[in-house]
Amino acid sequence: MTVTPLGIPRRLLEFTIDGEPVRAPEGSTILDACRAAGKDVPTLCQGDTLAPKNACRLCVVEVEGSRTLVPACSRRAEPGMEVRTDTERARHSRKLVLELLASSVDLSTTPMAAEWIKEYEAKPDRFGPDAARVNEEPRVDNDLYVRDYDKCILCYKCVDACGEQWQNSFAISVAGRGFDARIAVEHDAPLTDSACVYCGNCIEVCPTGALSFRSEFDRRAAGTWDESAQTRTTTVCAYCGVGCNLTLHVQDNEIVKVTSPHDNPVTHGNLCIKGRFGYQHVQNRG
Amino acid sequence: MDLHFGDSKPTDEERAAVDALLGPPQSSWEGADRSDADLRWARGGRAARDRRDLLLPGLHAINDRVGWISEGALDYLCRRLTVPPAEAYGVATFYAMFSVRPRPATVLHVCTDLACTAAGAQDLCAGIEAGLGPGSGVHVERGPCLGLCERAPAALAIRAGDPVRTAVAAPATVREAVLAASAPDSAPEEPPAETAVPQAGQDGLVLLRRVGAVDPSSLDDYRAHGGYTALREAFALGPAGVIREVTDSGLVGRGGAAFPTGRKWQATASQPDRPHYVVCNADESEPGTFKDRVLMEGDPYALVEAMTIAAYAVGAHRGYLYLRGEYPRAISRMQHAVDQARARGLLGDDILGQGHSFDIEIRRGAGAYVCGEETALFNSIEGYRGEPRSKPPFPVEKGLFGRPTVENNVETLVNVLPILTMGAAAYAAIGTARSTGPKLFCVSGAVERPGVHELPFGATLGELLESAGVRDRLRAVLLGGAAGGFVRPDELDLPLTFEGTREAGTSLGSGVVMAFDDTVPLPRLLLRIAEFFRDESCGQCVPCRVGTVRQEEALHRIVERTGAAAAEDVALLREVGRAMRDASICGLGQTAWNAVESAIDRLGAYE
Repeated sequence: MTVTPLGIPRRLLEFTIDGEPVRAPEGSTILDACRAAGKDVPTLCQGDTLAPKNACRLCVVEVEGSRTLVPACSRRAEPGMEVRTDTERARHSRKLVLELLASSVDLSTTPMAAEWIKEYEAKPDRFGPDAARVNEEPRVDNDLYVRDYDKCILCYKCVDACGEQWQNSFAISVAGRGFDARIAVEHDAPLTDSACVYCGNCIEVCPTGALSFRSEFDRRAAGTWDESAQTRTTTVCAYCGVGCNLTLHVQDNEIVKVTSPHDNPVTHGNLCIKGRFGYQHVQNRG
Repeated sequence: MDLHFGDSKPTDEERAAVDALLGPPQSSWEGADRSDADLRWARGGRAARDRRDLLLPGLHAINDRVGWISEGALDYLCRRLTVPPAEAYGVATFYAMFSVRPRPATVLHVCTDLACTAAGAQDLCAGIEAGLGPGSGVHVERGPCLGLCERAPAALAIRAGDPVRTAVAAPATVREAVLAASAPDSAPEEPPAETAVPQAGQDGLVLLRRVGAVDPSSLDDYRAHGGYTALREAFALGPAGVIREVTDSGLVGRGGAAFPTGRKWQATASQPDRPHYVVCNADESEPGTFKDRVLMEGDPYALVEAMTIAAYAVGAHRGYLYLRGEYPRAISRMQHAVDQARARGLLGDDILGQGHSFDIEIRRGAGAYVCGEETALFNSIEGYRGEPRSKPPFPVEKGLFGRPTVENNVETLVNVLPILTMGAAAYAAIGTARSTGPKLFCVSGAVERPGVHELPFGATLGELLESAGVRDRLRAVLLGGAAGGFVRPDELDLPLTFEGTREAGTSLGSGVVMAFDDTVPLPRLLLRIAEFFRDESCGQCVPCRVGTVRQEEALHRIVERTGAAAAEDVALLREVGRAMRDASICGLGQTAWNAVESAIDRLGAYE
């Protein structure tokens, strides 16, 4: 039986979203309230298991009385607030954020990116052929996962998951500044020389596919990665007594990726190296 | 925390530099040789982690001694402070004054920012590089404003060693800059601070009264010139009385945002969470601004006294002075002043026998404009990357180390002294109804008498430029620095007040008034401003990180174009600028397009 912690009862705040009255428990973010009200606000750097970093600025909305747009993912709802999610001003910033990102990094494996670019009529090409790009080569320095920073939008989620929010390994950080900022281990060394414990919790939260299983990376390179042909089966990890949930992604009768349900009240989508990568014995059929 | 360290070892010099700051390591947990006792007792841990804020001073110590930060040195510092090496690497690579790659011990920073470019910085750079020649052992770095605009063009030489030596050449000729870099010890002494104050010695000055009149090293001289009367007055008024006076005076922040100081103090004082902190923002990095440097170099005890009063008012016992790393003379003068004040009981446990305890620690910046943003400054002091935090919560509630913090600019704090000595009513009578008091303006560029000018609020731009001796063929005036805006030479009636500039659709900012004649093409200036923002963006949010790059690219494309040939890129700039202003996290991104926009709309650039 799954026990869902209810927490202490919270006061309901009343405010409006796009003119409609809404009620949200105290402490909710504007994004929580928007989603509860069925409003679609796009997000990239927001993570359901992480504290909001509000770095991508895709979720900006208008709040009456605020000089600038505010990030829905981190701003807490306040009573009497007047939020507008779909104004020309908010849509303009979202469009520009998509254009700025798509013109500098590869969003081809970012879920929803293509739909949003279409919806907001973003034209990343308009910065010209000489527009600076991040231009990074994939880093394949271990057998388990690949860091392809050409796809990195610098959302900080992997850093937060590796650091104090989940894993406490602190193997990676943002290094450099501005457009030259990159996720890196100390001295930009290979992962194998770092504090990485290969839990893969950074892959779990990466919103763009910049971090991916080696098995996924190789199949994509070979053109054999086919999500529509994959099944997902959630089971229980057999390695130790914690009982973490594993979701096995299986293609052609091979496990190609392991994720974990984010709503698990114990692990919140986090695993260790054994649960995340230790599945080869299952496929030793010889 | 189970930290992972590589095999690199520090050199003896690097180890000595770190140990000089932190003391010798107490156990192998901190990097000493292993002894039997270490196997039984783990030291370090939380106590060491609580010293995370010493990371930036530690990086300075290494960089000052050897000129760059090696893997071994960084690892050793991390061991001493229990900081993950990846995070420390992220911090070290954030600051422009540090290098994680080997470089010569001497770095010559040559300012190529607005005022210095107008004064021929490009030729100076080329001359210096030719003059030094290959293998000179000097690394020449073109960089942003060094805050020496009244003596443009400027260069700052820093030679690593024990102790680190610095030399300033301003106004710099090729010969002087080369001399400063190759022999910092024998470079001529900088002119005294009052040479940056054309009005020095005149009657009626309030903030600059003592600059040039007192010996900046002498506490006795400061007291003989009326020093510490404001603090006595503060003790007589009590903390609530001080806040009332500051509120009634109408003082607003002089760093650029113009927030009412009394309200900030009241909000901090009333927070139940303890401890409270006072932070003085002396990270004066806005191109064209140098008033805080002149105040700190010319009248350092005034800032010590003002911070003490602020601390008394808001109930803080610890203050941090975050001082720009490019200001070596201001750092040494302020350090001397703090040490003297402490030795004489004006800082410490029982100030003036009134039972108030307060002390000041000076923290040195390392080359990051964004650290002038208040929450980025907190992160920088705490030993993290100087990235702005998201607000709310505001600093009065959760500031430095997550505690209620009042953060004020140097000039703002120094204004508190006349408020207390002359009374709020008399102070408020200076200036206009909504902009009270005297204001310092940093005038540079095409003027005969560049420097810090003190005028009451309400003087017009024309009056200020006239007193500075503006030259003929004025083409444009930049108000507020790179984050400010241009005005036309026919707008000299503009009243220099917060409300006056706001009504005119521009901003006073930190008080920069930079005059340009027609010798420097406007598109070149705009390109330099765009380069500045691209270089200084912290990279945290997308609109600023990528937007500043796209802005610079577009300005590059149209640097030689006008009219229809530039129209498409101007439209693009507007769209990018609007998103930066609306959606960036902090003031850096929000203002990165101000100057360019004003040049297009007000000056008709690219028409």
